Amino acid sequence: MVWKIFLFVLLAFVSIAGIAFPIVPVPHAWYEFPLIPGLKENAKIIFFHVPTAWLSAVAFMMNTIYSIKYLRKKNLDDDAKSYAAAQLGIIFCVLATVTGAVWAKFAWGSFWSWDPRQTSIFALLLIYGAWFALRSSIESEEKRATLSSVYAIIAFLTVPFFVFIMPRIMSGLHPGSADDTNAGPVINFKMNGNMQLIFFLSLIGFTILYFWMWSIGYRSLILKDKINKQSIKE
Amino acid sequence: MSNYSLQAINLNKTFGRRLIFKDLNFKIEENGITGISGANGSGKSTLVKILAGVNSPTSGKVIHIENGKEILPEKLHNYIGFVSPYLVLYEEFSAWENLTHFAKIRGVKFNNEKIEYLLNQFLLFDRRNDYVKTYSSGMKQRLKFIFALMHSPKLIILDEPTSNLDAEGKDSVYKIIDEESKSGIVIIASNEKSDLALCSKEIKLEEFKNHK
Amino acid sequence: MSSKAYALYKKDLNSELRTRYAVNSLVMFIIVAISVILFSIGNEKITQSLTSGLFWVVIFFSAMSGLSRAFVAEEERGTSLTLHLIASPSTVFSGKLIFNLILVFCMNTIVAVLFSILFEAFIIRNFALFAVAFVFGNIGLAVASTIIAAIISKAGAKGTLYPVLSFPILLPLILTCVQLTLLSNQGADFEAAKFELAIVFCYDVIMLTGSYMLFDFVWKD
Repeated sequence: MVWKIFLFVLLAFVSIAGIAFPIVPVPHAWYEFPLIPGLKENAKIIFFHVPTAWLSAVAFMMNTIYSIKYLRKKNLDDDAKSYAAAQLGIIFCVLATVTGAVWAKFAWGSFWSWDPRQTSIFALLLIYGAWFALRSSIESEEKRATLSSVYAIIAFLTVPFFVFIMPRIMSGLHPGSADDTNAGPVINFKMNGNMQLIFFLSLIGFTILYFWMWSIGYRSLILKDKINKQSIKE
Repeated sequence: MSNYSLQAINLNKTFGRRLIFKDLNFKIEENGITGISGANGSGKSTLVKILAGVNSPTSGKVIHIENGKEILPEKLHNYIGFVSPYLVLYEEFSAWENLTHFAKIRGVKFNNEKIEYLLNQFLLFDRRNDYVKTYSSGMKQRLKFIFALMHSPKLIILDEPTSNLDAEGKDSVYKIIDEESKSGIVIIASNEKSDLALCSKEIKLEEFKNHK
Repeated sequence: MSSKAYALYKKDLNSELRTRYAVNSLVMFIIVAISVILFSIGNEKITQSLTSGLFWVVIFFSAMSGLSRAFVAEEERGTSLTLHLIASPSTVFSGKLIFNLILVFCMNTIVAVLFSILFEAFIIRNFALFAVAFVFGNIGLAVASTIIAAIISKAGAKGTLYPVLSFPILLPLILTCVQLTLLSNQGADFEAAKFELAIVFCYDVIMLTGSYMLFDFVWKD
């Protein structure tokens, strides 16, 4: 119970701080953010955009890990865990795409421009979509778990291509891309201490929220299965 | 005493969360015929597929041993002959083509004399060059026996061996089963009384359901 | 081992020659797709980068119309149990992969020839580069579509799911191959394309190893 309150306070603080703290040219007070050239007020979306993108990657990673576990042990609980991870993954993936597109509209002038990371998140959305489409087409639980696990692992094999290669063959707009003249991620040197603090607090808060939602998700899936099984027996 | 043995250790199979059978243990060491019986839908076919290594059990395992050595799963298919109503051969090929393709894919020598003997035995020799799609269901069933026996397997698994067969076909099947049981292990999954009458041992699947 | 896989490929080839299950629809698909593109272009001049893109669009969708055949045909006719009983999973995968490789090579050669004839902007200036990229690209395409075909043959829904599942997996390959085709059309040398070639090569190796290891799980019920 204590940590739920802690999480609530943390996320409330992050949301309020992220939205309400003013951006000034030369920050003095602890609650003031520095002005980042080219981003201005819309820099604040970073507190929400980056955590969602990070969590869609974490969810994909967990989906793969539990897929491997399932193939090894054939325990349907692992399948429930990877399913719960993917459910959250697709939600965060959509959120990251939308917040990203909104930010892109104001920072780069258009909602979508096939920047490498936009391409990657689009591919991730497609993978999640395909994964759910595959699952919904299979009746038998075991077959569904096995085939979707195999697909998740194969999809995971394409990750290095999106992470390392796309930024090199396409021109990028995100910080850290091959032809980024600003060089280096924004977080390191353009954020001041308190902006970084809130950024990482937000990252931690959202990650805890994710794991909490995930554990509720998979436990309810397992319980639902058990109830179904009992009703079959009777 | 045979040099081939088959052992099932703590076999469990569930479909999703529905139990098919559990804690199934048995060992077959002697040449001879073992029967598997159970009502429709009790999991006979599932069990024979697990024994043949086509399906995997939920837990537990099946060990095939030849001359004291365990047979690797990727080699297992060449030790087993399998006949069942749901087995389908390639309809766009003739019987003869089917059998030659099978021998090549298995990587075993195509034994002309043995195939001709079997074709004669199952009364298919005259039709050997016709496409399988022109065969009646009884002829297809007899061709499956040739498919199962052509590579001289040590373990023969028959799931409802006499379905679709007339009296004459049944007789030749029983004769072959009797012959093969002298040199190898035969397992029959069936509910037919006449099939089960051949068996020296019987595994009743109902005993492994363990309803609580 | 390889002779068994080859025997399985021969079986599939004979069966294909007799039933023409994949080839007819594949050839028609290529013709239809290219004519639709030609109609929509009309008298417009299109750029080299667009032509290279269209080239791989046609290849992707033709592959999706024909390559699932290897496994779906076995599953539909109920012969996959027979295949289980005569061959180990690795033989099955290799045999089907050989079949798909040959199919992909024939199909893509036809597409490449048709493109060179019909599209003014599609002129291969560095043929060696194109050939290398073509070979690596085809291998990657065949490997990825073989394992996805195995997955969808075991799943209930057949046709519609295939491109849906394959596209995200093939996306990095296709993007890189479009780039390579463009480079070879511009007459770039190997030095300029070495990064892309390395990507396609890595993709082939990773997908081949991954599919080979995972095929067991797909194949066994």
